[in-house]
Amino acid sequence: MAAVFQRPKSLVDISTHYCPGCTHGIIHRILCEVIDEMGIEGDTIGVCPVGCSVMAYDYFSCDMIEAPHGRAPAVATGAKRANPDKFVFTYQGDGDLAAIGTAETVHSATRGENIVVIFVNNGTYGMTGGQMAPTTLPGQITQTTPFGRDPKVQGYPVRVCEMLSTLDGVALAQRVSVDTVPHIREAKKAIRKAFENQKDKKGFSIVEVLSTCPTNWGLSPAAAIERLQNECIPYYPLGVFKDKEAGNND
Amino acid sequence: MERNLMKGNEALAEAAIRAGCKCFFGYPITPQTEISAYLAKKMAKAGGVFLQAESEIAAINMVLGASSTGVRVMTSSSSPGISLKAEGISYIAGSDLPCVIINVQRGGPGLGGIQPSQADYWQATRAMGHGDFQILVFAPCSVQEMVDMVTKAFDLADKYRMPAMILADGLLGQMMEPVSFPEISPVPVEKPWAADGHKGERKHNIINSLYLQADQLESKVRERFERYDIIKQNEAEAELYLTDDADIIVTAYGATARVAKSAVNMAREQGIKAGLLRPKTLWPFPSKHFIEAAKTASNFLCVEMSMGQMIDDVKLSISCSKPVSFFGRTGGVIPKPAEILEEIKKLSK
Amino acid sequence: MKKMTVIFDRCKGCGLCTTVCPKKIVVIQKEKRNPKGYFTADCIDQDACISCAMCATMCPDCAIIIEK
Repeated sequence: MAAVFQRPKSLVDISTHYCPGCTHGIIHRILCEVIDEMGIEGDTIGVCPVGCSVMAYDYFSCDMIEAPHGRAPAVATGAKRANPDKFVFTYQGDGDLAAIGTAETVHSATRGENIVVIFVNNGTYGMTGGQMAPTTLPGQITQTTPFGRDPKVQGYPVRVCEMLSTLDGVALAQRVSVDTVPHIREAKKAIRKAFENQKDKKGFSIVEVLSTCPTNWGLSPAAAIERLQNECIPYYPLGVFKDKEAGNND
Repeated sequence: MERNLMKGNEALAEAAIRAGCKCFFGYPITPQTEISAYLAKKMAKAGGVFLQAESEIAAINMVLGASSTGVRVMTSSSSPGISLKAEGISYIAGSDLPCVIINVQRGGPGLGGIQPSQADYWQATRAMGHGDFQILVFAPCSVQEMVDMVTKAFDLADKYRMPAMILADGLLGQMMEPVSFPEISPVPVEKPWAADGHKGERKHNIINSLYLQADQLESKVRERFERYDIIKQNEAEAELYLTDDADIIVTAYGATARVAKSAVNMAREQGIKAGLLRPKTLWPFPSKHFIEAAKTASNFLCVEMSMGQMIDDVKLSISCSKPVSFFGRTGGVIPKPAEILEEIKKLSK
Repeated sequence: MKKMTVIFDRCKGCGLCTTVCPKKIVVIQKEKRNPKGYFTADCIDQDACISCAMCATMCPDCAIIIEK
């Protein structure tokens, strides 16, 4: 009998603090599978955000840097510019990337920084107890929109991949999901493409991963996956919004 | 040694390159934009990286990133931009990372003015960011000191693993003076803690300032303060000018000290025993020189381009054992020697 | 012959694996809690298991080992 599925080497073999059914675990794993398959763990530097994945530095066995909230792309820029031959990635949630960090996100993208940004979009601020995020859907109940997000008061959600796809420095802007096994496999392929882009110095690659937050959505893990499929994917369509290689700028 | 006539900001930038600064991340703001402009031209040729960031916040975070990987890195700004960097500097200090930060002070608060000021002393020495920490603070008073202190700042930042600030002002940044660059070959400092890719040869390094266990965070902070104690013992510096027999000790730093020195000379010509005690490091504060001076002097006159910030440290260092008076101009106004002489004369009566 | 093994201490009982098994042989067992207090996943028919690894792919905790 041979093992056909086991934990990737660059994913540290410890229990995580994430809630049961939290999709961070899936995303961490496929990211580590890519790092293992490319054989780049020793040449990789990851930058963690502030949010539920603030302690991701305990879970990845490559060198890791903790960044202030929202600033991971700037920290990554510093690390990458000082070490152009290393692989640098950021791993960020929706508050980190699309609220406080919007300027750093947009400018590292438009500068075409040769980094990979993994954007975990679950439409809520998990760590602090489920407040509204820039990607919270209209009508969605959160701690700071207890009557449901009202676009007239709280504005509309932001579609990050579409927004960034207008920038010339972006080599890849792709939205994926981890709600089903085929989608998880697609997500891993996208992350692999992003790292290959970095290897080929193509520019900035962002993989937006639609995710769940069972705890703050008030749903069981399985029901949260269903909400992702029924409500989130229609609002945030999966697909490639920018791909420099393919000459696709849509 | 060859001497060139150079503007303070540009001399400082040249000194950074020679000290082995590998990366510079900055943002334009008067009166220090020349630093960026100079490095934009020279950094790449020197084998380094220059990048204009989208904001002072982004710049300090780029510093954090580059420093995490073990390279010498610098950023520069002026008062309002330094406020923006506060969070980043706290993280850098809390992650025990070295870096050099230049503050070419201007009038404040708020958007303030673009003329010289010294109103960021408290910010630099007490409140450079949230939490219990200090940064090294150097106070040059000439273009030559801008050069010498930048080199020292990089060395001590690496040695003690903390941020180091050059607290200059708009006058020093803009003035032109002859300056020479001593021959130095920066010796690379071993940084086994750096997150520069482990190559499978060591355990992974984590650069972090988060310690959720309170006793762990306390012990981290206490460990840092033990380093600060060593620094206080060994790295404080001051210039003593005619203080041995001085009855009135005038104390000032930076450009103000130049003006104060003129006033001291004028006072001496009129038979008043005045002297100048000029701190060259503001943190660590050269307390022992003040304690020594307080033994024989009868009065201290603290002169600053602010409403009085360093005066607190003067009083504290001598435990208020002698009277400490204050004279200051603020908002960008530079005091004149005659004004300071008036104050000295009042004290000598 | 065990093809699907759940690492008992690691499983958080989230149940995502139970939703993707094509043979519908993964359940949350309610007999024993693990040290963290979770009821863990388990394969109730190892012979029917085809080692497709869909459960392991869906597991956020790498708590499932698949062998063939």
